[in-house]
Amino acid sequence: MPRAKTRKEEPAEAESDIAMEEAPTSHQPEAEEDNMSVDQDDNDEAGAANEEEAEEEEEEEEVQRVRLLPGSTPTAASFEFLNETHTLGNALRYIIMKNPDVEFCAYAIPHPSEPKMNVRIQTFEGTTAIQALEKGLRDLQDLCDIVSDKFIDARAKFGEGVSA
Amino acid sequence: MPHKPPTKEELERRKIVGIHEETVRDVTSTDFPGHYPGEEHSWDIDAFRRGFRVEFHQNAPFEASFSLIGVDASIANAFRRIMIADIPTLAIETVFINNNTSVIQDEVLSHRLGLIPFKAGHEGLHKFLKWWRKPTDESQINNSYFDFNTVSLRLEVKCEHNEAASPNETDPKKLYHHAHVYASDIEFCPVGRQDKYFSGADSIAPVNPDILIAKLRPGQEISLSMHMHKGVGSDHAKFSPVATASYRLMPVIRIDRPILGADAEMFARCFPPGVIAIDKVSHKEAAQKGSGYEGHEGEAKAVVADPMRDTVSRECLRHAEFKDKVTLGRRRDHFIYLVESAGQWQSDAIFLEAVAHLKKRAQDLEKQVVNMVR
Repeated sequence: MPRAKTRKEEPAEAESDIAMEEAPTSHQPEAEEDNMSVDQDDNDEAGAANEEEAEEEEEEEEVQRVRLLPGSTPTAASFEFLNETHTLGNALRYIIMKNPDVEFCAYAIPHPSEPKMNVRIQTFEGTTAIQALEKGLRDLQDLCDIVSDKFIDARAKFGEGVSA
Repeated sequence: MPHKPPTKEELERRKIVGIHEETVRDVTSTDFPGHYPGEEHSWDIDAFRRGFRVEFHQNAPFEASFSLIGVDASIANAFRRIMIADIPTLAIETVFINNNTSVIQDEVLSHRLGLIPFKAGHEGLHKFLKWWRKPTDESQINNSYFDFNTVSLRLEVKCEHNEAASPNETDPKKLYHHAHVYASDIEFCPVGRQDKYFSGADSIAPVNPDILIAKLRPGQEISLSMHMHKGVGSDHAKFSPVATASYRLMPVIRIDRPILGADAEMFARCFPPGVIAIDKVSHKEAAQKGSGYEGHEGEAKAVVADPMRDTVSRECLRHAEFKDKVTLGRRRDHFIYLVESAGQWQSDAIFLEAVAHLKKRAQDLEKQVVNMVR
């Protein structure tokens, strides 16, 4: 019986989706969601649970969390990060701004109720926004290495350090 | 006109956030390419390595204080936010109450239990235990608990009269058995492979065994079992490994013109103890023309002893006596952290974990960006 219920609800939702096309991109439901719910309906309940167990870790990795927003050109692009916050947003903005080939970089969290973080990058000719983003992420990793090395050194020098 | 590289004083001045009577100035960092004509300021890993410094002030297991010097606020803030919200710990998430006849209500009791910090073996906590996810299908919830994602605990206490107590006794702790229920009464029930990772000193136990959970009177009973899961502070504060993780900027106090005699004493009183010291004007200083010390040999003068202890109250700016004699500020790239652990981790380890976490985040996203382009 519960199956019949969900099937009935789905078309009703789809209708309201059409009217929502004018809404900002972040409000529009993604097509993939529909596919997934159909798949689950078709699967045997026990079978689905077993698969979930086995793929639990990998599944988390596979979800694409970065998206190029529409209207982007090679040197001026906006990216949407899912499940990212000010923590990474501001740090990434800083490190990208440190790149001399970048003309402009800013980040925003369009709405606090949505787990989304947008980054806008505009570069000078000769490089692309995607390259600048990749360089920023690499530089951030290098920075972290230095911070933890120096932190461990300073702790050892301080003496009282309790091993981690 | 050819560009002149900035002098050392100029570079130093750029690092200071100005603090005035009613305003703050030069708050944002300016070390970006294109900000100063003819200057580079682009990201340079070697320059960062040269300029970056860590200084420790205190390193107790549950309270560490240290300075990161030569790093931008956006990076320092990322570390602070990660320490509070993204470092995983174990906490009680579900409470199954069999019987609770105490005066404390089920939901209040459950909340109190959730907030108790628990320690566990490092290897088991970080390598063996995985996240628990609520299954999308509610009916499958009982098939979602495994030894690698759920820790089971029990609390069984019953209050009874102590027959051995003297008739004149008034202390309920002596008059009754189990009048007070403490965190130490919680019992860990290992399942499956948990015995291997959480035994002996690595056992799962409250950090502080003396946390009072409830008070009972004879005939009252608490009987419940609990499930613990791994979680992060962004989900619920009970998962946060820190009681507080904060930073402040290093205060700068510059005495521009001599503050002498009784004024010096008054000046020292404008600050917390230890920030300003009283010194004597030396013969050499008094002999120097234009120093403002001429003819004041042997008099008391105010000197800055330990600006780190200052709270930057700006009290000294309120007095006409010190007008134009003192400049207050904060060093924009000197962050004094205070990390107070709730007990699951060592304080210094929390910071290192935060750095590793940020790196991992950047690494994962780099893969994602490559994947997006493909």
